[in-house]
Amino acid sequence: MSTAPLLRVVHLGKSFGGVKALRDVSFDLAPGELLGVIGPNGSGKTTLVNLITRFIRPSSGEVLFKGRKISHLPPYKIVRLGIARTFQMVKPFYQLPAYRNMIIPLCSPRMKQLPGARYGDRDAVALDLLEQVGFERDAHVAYKPAGALPQGYLKRLELAKAIALQPELLILDELFSGLSLAEVAGIVPIIEKLRLDGMTIIMIEHRLKELFRVADRVLVMNFGRKIAEGAAAAVMEDAAVKNAYLGSEE
Amino acid sequence: MKRRKERIDRGIRVRSSDVFALCSWREMLYLSGPRLLPVAACLLLPAVLGVYWQKVLLSVAVFALLAMSWDMLAQTGMISLGQALFFGVGAYGAGIMDHYWHLPPWVTLPAAALGGGVVCTLLLLPVLRLRGIYFSMVTLIVPLMMVRIIEATKIFGGTEGLSGMTPLPSRWVEAYVAMAVLLAALFGFRRLLDSDYGLVLRGICDNDRSVINAGINIYWFKAQALFLAGCVGAFAGAFMTHVYMFVGMPVFALDYSILPIAAAVVGGPGSFAGAVLGAFLLVPVSEALRGFGGLRIVLYGLFLVIFIVALPEGIFHFLQRKYHQFERWVEVEK
Amino acid sequence: MLIGTTIYALINGAILALMAIGFSLTFGISGIANFAYGAFYVLSAYGIWMLLRLLHLPYPLAVVLAVAFNMLAGAAVYRFVLLRVRGQALSEVIATFGMGLAILELFRYLGWVGFEYTLPVFVDRSFVIAGTYVDMQRILILAFAVVLILALYLFTHHTATGLAFRGIAQDERTALTFGIDADRVAALSVAMGAGLAALAAVFIIPLGSISPGEGYDVLIKALAVCIIGGLGSTGGVIAASVMIGFAERFTDTYVGSHWTMIVSLAAIVIVLTVKPSGLFGKQKELEERI
Repeated sequence: MSTAPLLRVVHLGKSFGGVKALRDVSFDLAPGELLGVIGPNGSGKTTLVNLITRFIRPSSGEVLFKGRKISHLPPYKIVRLGIARTFQMVKPFYQLPAYRNMIIPLCSPRMKQLPGARYGDRDAVALDLLEQVGFERDAHVAYKPAGALPQGYLKRLELAKAIALQPELLILDELFSGLSLAEVAGIVPIIEKLRLDGMTIIMIEHRLKELFRVADRVLVMNFGRKIAEGAAAAVMEDAAVKNAYLGSEE
Repeated sequence: MKRRKERIDRGIRVRSSDVFALCSWREMLYLSGPRLLPVAACLLLPAVLGVYWQKVLLSVAVFALLAMSWDMLAQTGMISLGQALFFGVGAYGAGIMDHYWHLPPWVTLPAAALGGGVVCTLLLLPVLRLRGIYFSMVTLIVPLMMVRIIEATKIFGGTEGLSGMTPLPSRWVEAYVAMAVLLAALFGFRRLLDSDYGLVLRGICDNDRSVINAGINIYWFKAQALFLAGCVGAFAGAFMTHVYMFVGMPVFALDYSILPIAAAVVGGPGSFAGAVLGAFLLVPVSEALRGFGGLRIVLYGLFLVIFIVALPEGIFHFLQRKYHQFERWVEVEK
Repeated sequence: MLIGTTIYALINGAILALMAIGFSLTFGISGIANFAYGAFYVLSAYGIWMLLRLLHLPYPLAVVLAVAFNMLAGAAVYRFVLLRVRGQALSEVIATFGMGLAILELFRYLGWVGFEYTLPVFVDRSFVIAGTYVDMQRILILAFAVVLILALYLFTHHTATGLAFRGIAQDERTALTFGIDADRVAALSVAMGAGLAALAAVFIIPLGSISPGEGYDVLIKALAVCIIGGLGSTGGVIAASVMIGFAERFTDTYVGSHWTMIVSLAAIVIVLTVKPSGLFGKQKELEERI
């Protein structure tokens, strides 16, 4: 590949007191790729995301975004550079209508930085974004208070909030968790469309079948280490991966 | 046959929060009434009250400003236990400018307000990064420490304070300046917190992680909220310095921290109108109960506990609910 | 003079530590900032006074009863007030603050202030150490502070309840999965904080007299120590108490007694600018709390 990687994670590690949550993880991410990150619970996937977005400080190692070191920057600056993430636990503002939940990202200073930034009423932009992620305009779903919406819509709202920032790198932390098959089937096309538009995406997931439909590469983690990396099919054949998920017979 | 309470919105079409078409006097009155009433009251009261109650009205205005300032901070997630800090800094600011530099009130009032805001924001800046409880702790002890420091070092007049300040031209000017600032603060704060900017502030209170995730520097916003609240509180202090023509240690007293919180909590936190309502209720009551001395503060303390635990919505929201909806008991079929 | 000042500085540090440890413990275990702490301190003092003067109970019995009463009061405050607003920071702070206020101002209104309102010293003797008079009460304070810290350390490291406390303090959710009842522990933490306040009162009040103002003073000092030392850290309480104790005492002797409060305030300002979470503070910055 001749293009420089968009994101480089180099020997990243994090210890909480005595617990080594992440050990010596390194990988590159090319622009336009969709990388899946999988692994058993507690393997450090969310810690990895938190480190990249700098919600926690790394104990060792470095993260480079577009060739620039970012591990010393506060999280809000990293968002302004073009990295957006969703949270595993969605916590919208329950009393507000769904589209009002979008206002805060649309108030972000990032919006001014974007070439051809969207002008116009923030409410209208919010409604438009929500329609893109599947809030049916006719049913006026976007006007309902967030507390009244089922999980599928809340996850899409979370996605819309991240997309609103027009990031170059989108990190989705267990977007599919808690969703029915139908709901997942509804969201996957949205992600595929984002990919076609050229967005680079990292997806942390437990739902492997759906993930493998969209992922170019997969990274497998266990106990804070990277144990395998490569195309989906190849990775699943790896003995270490099988061991991690299923346990060995010894 | 069991009964349940049924709550139905009143049959007035216009109760939305956005653009609406006003089609009748009834609807226009329904909306404007609750807003015009306090404005009318604030403008008329100074004219109809006697001298003594006019002074009480000034107190009401001052505590209402402090209560609104508290409410602003609380809505951003900062719980101040020391409104007296803003009050005292503003009071001494005006006092110093008058006493040492002989500046007239129309200079000292805005200068002390803005200066007080700056000083208090800088002082509390380091605490913004920490857990909310630190903010409460620091705002509680700093004014109390200031009292002891002034007492011990005798600066700025020490225990006797500074006296002989320039008063405002007349009691009418006093009253109407107070009312004007009160109304400006009330409507200004409400407008601000209803806007998108206010949504960011409330977002910081509710889910600060999410706001950071939107690329917003929450500390900058918190500092801004602190500055606004500080200015309002400092103005209250500066104003009182000119009304009483005196400033001394008591400006940092616990009274100025507690009553605003009680007013806001009793009146209805989160609505600014509740803070003003609470001040209009508690301050005259406090005056009337002056004979009981310290027992008043005991009552405030109890009010605080009772309201925050059992009636957290406060009086204003209660009234608001009644205004917008009516309730009745209905029979429930088995 | 130097040795005398040093001795009194140590004792001052011990006094501060005794005052602050209850507050720090409650916060460290359950995250509750008990702003009624000063009120508990004064409450137990008046309680013992009443038991001694009105019921003529023997002193040790009165002390035990007062400590027990405080602990019950603390648990009751949790059960009836805090439990209902648990988790909402605004309500917790205001509820405890309002309660502390009501109690302290009630005593002020009742007018229980004056020289007759005091507690007796344990042993009315004094010694001459290195040329300075030191009374027995102050020495006992120092000794008790050391013993208390040791006892607390043993408690939290070697007993089941103590370990449960540390578990909750570290990670509430995980502790819950181990079957530790978070509400029980929180109630216990408030109770223990109140009990420690009572013990502190027993040792410190004899140096002066009881007054509602003492309640505010204790709260201020406890808060100052916790801010400088770091909330929830016993090591922080010790370090900050010793530091402030020495700073105050030396300022008092060599500069002037007016300046002691300024020194404390300056210490707070410096700590907040340089290391806001306190010397031994385990409070991570916002980002780290994700």
